[in-house]
Amino acid sequence: MKTAVTRRDFVLGSAAAAGTLGLAGPRAFAAEPLKVGFVYVGPVGDFGWTHGHDMGRKAIEAHFGGQVKTTFVENVAEGPDAERVIRQLASSGHELIFSTSFGFMNPTLRVAKMFPKVKFEHATGYRTAPNVSVYNARFHEGRVVCGTIAGHVTKSGIAGYIGSFPIPEVVMGINAFTLAARKIRPDTKVKVVWVNSWYDPGKEGDAAKALIDQGADIMCQHTDSPAPLQVAEARGIHGFGQASDMKTFAPNAQLTAILDVWDGYYIQRTRDVLDRKWQSQSIWWGLKEGMVKMAPYGAAVPENVRQEAEAAREALVSGARHPFAGPIEDQKGVPRVAEGQSLSDKEIAAMDWYVEGVEA
Amino acid sequence: MPFRIDRRREMSRGLLYLSPVLAVAMTVLTGFALFAALGQDPLPALYHFGISPLTTLYGVSELLVKAAPLITIAVGLAVGFRANVWNIGAEGQLTFGAIAAGVVALNFWGEEGGWILPLMCLAGVLGGMAYAAVPAFLKTRFGVNEILTSLMLTYVAALLLSALVFGPLKDPAGFNFPQSRMFTDSALLPIILAGTRLHFGAVAALMIAVAVWVLMTFTIVGFQLRVLGQAPAAARYAGFHGKRLIWICLLMSGGLAGLAGTFEIAGPIGQLIPAITPGYGFTAIIVAFLGRLHPLGIVLAGLVMALSYIGGENAQVEVGLPQAATGVFQGLLLFFLLASDFLVRYRVRLARRVTE
Repeated sequence: MKTAVTRRDFVLGSAAAAGTLGLAGPRAFAAEPLKVGFVYVGPVGDFGWTHGHDMGRKAIEAHFGGQVKTTFVENVAEGPDAERVIRQLASSGHELIFSTSFGFMNPTLRVAKMFPKVKFEHATGYRTAPNVSVYNARFHEGRVVCGTIAGHVTKSGIAGYIGSFPIPEVVMGINAFTLAARKIRPDTKVKVVWVNSWYDPGKEGDAAKALIDQGADIMCQHTDSPAPLQVAEARGIHGFGQASDMKTFAPNAQLTAILDVWDGYYIQRTRDVLDRKWQSQSIWWGLKEGMVKMAPYGAAVPENVRQEAEAAREALVSGARHPFAGPIEDQKGVPRVAEGQSLSDKEIAAMDWYVEGVEA
Repeated sequence: MPFRIDRRREMSRGLLYLSPVLAVAMTVLTGFALFAALGQDPLPALYHFGISPLTTLYGVSELLVKAAPLITIAVGLAVGFRANVWNIGAEGQLTFGAIAAGVVALNFWGEEGGWILPLMCLAGVLGGMAYAAVPAFLKTRFGVNEILTSLMLTYVAALLLSALVFGPLKDPAGFNFPQSRMFTDSALLPIILAGTRLHFGAVAALMIAVAVWVLMTFTIVGFQLRVLGQAPAAARYAGFHGKRLIWICLLMSGGLAGLAGTFEIAGPIGQLIPAITPGYGFTAIIVAFLGRLHPLGIVLAGLVMALSYIGGENAQVEVGLPQAATGVFQGLLLFFLLASDFLVRYRVRLARRVTE
């Protein structure tokens, strides 16, 4: 039994005593708001990755009202600056900190060691600690739905794919997309251009133009700006939005978009801290848990394709379909997954090879 | 042209020292208006921008950590700039030096020994020099403009680093993520102040600034470099070896950039990652000019620049200032510093109509 009772203990105690009254009431009156910090790798106005996380931040504010206060720092470079920003948040009274880029992993862990009472949530990493959780979404499940549509819609049989960095997360997306597209149209080719950046509208747009010039009539991207889709719109081809609904940038071109929906997770983890139930964990949620959603299908998706896409989505949710079910051969024709087998999460998370049909 | 710009015959010494103060005052005033226009309370915003980072020992240590690479690189660049040798590629030399030092660190991964760190520094300096030798060779042999070659090699170095951390230097236990193993203790710089990230590189930066000041002020080479910059023809008549001086400038700035890269990976980063520098090599060019190409001025300029970055983050955390506003504020500071510096040295007059 603790001897010193802090204000929060007291409030939580009374909240628990109030039982069914729940948390929201009593805590809001007395306690200092819980400070939740966010570290973003891009600008909140990227309309992609960081935008998605900022929606999650706003969802927390809307959900908890005066119980929480959120802070964010945007455009934080991966590297030494990240550690200072995270530490600054930790030392200024933030009790829950979301660091939302892979490159923040080691800085997050270092700061977490210095602030054992602060809870950290790191997106897309793999190292946990008693006060560091990791979370990520199975974006590649959304790629299966995109691939299914692409296989139907493409005329040239060539899809362009703008990659950021060849890390496993991007590689698995390319592979999941390619497998799904080739399931519909077996001669589909996926041409990949790497732009070596998560957010660089100029480079992304140029890459899109180059891919279209090489015959691509479907544009996929694993970068964060709407530039590739804008190019697709201008050149009259189709593509998929990334991380956020990009329909406003490409009303005709966008077939659908993979949406990152962090709201539910962020709200839950904030509640866990408020309830003092927060524990370190590692989660990888997908379509089933609603961390990945598909944007409404665009007008260019015919009804029968729409149904097939929905069927693929439902099969992924129910588990009837696995994004990496065998037989799978890699680029060099080496069998990687046998008939009836599928890749484990661990194998997917460390993927560094491409399936047949990828030109990367 | 309605205006004429003349160099002042005599500069007021008082004004010369007053100009930075004036610039800061103007920045604060404009910032006050800017933050007020954004609906922020200007006083806390300004406080968190410029003062609160300096109120704790930790804050000061972070300032030094951030300023150290800027100073180390800018001091080297300034030597060249004074001699009209324009090395714009310090970013690439930093990266290449860091690669060389990182390869040493990873090669002796897990081994103990006081010799590992010095060896890394040597590798870093030589790596940076080797990378700067390319523009130096092209310039002295073929007369190729070093601005272009050094700048373009920056991107080559960044891609090389990417290729290495995605390939041979990738952490074998890192799930194929692009980063090397974490360096072991013998490859990490000693921390000077417990509980902070203040590493030996910050001290080294100050020592380097003093050393370069001595070199430029008291040695023949320093004299030759200054003459080469101010009066190339005189340098030629005096029989100075122009090509040798170009080599010296590029090798020195390249070596120092490589050393800065070594300190970054052996200090705050502790491993090789695809992005080891947030543009230090380019920011150092601003720092060099802000410090009037004088090593000791550069120390001050590096600290001011670092403060503007840290203050920007601080203002985002403490008062929720948008990042774009902090960027504008940084720009204001630079603008006023350079403008008042200019006005101390030059005067702007309405041009009289000239009748010819």
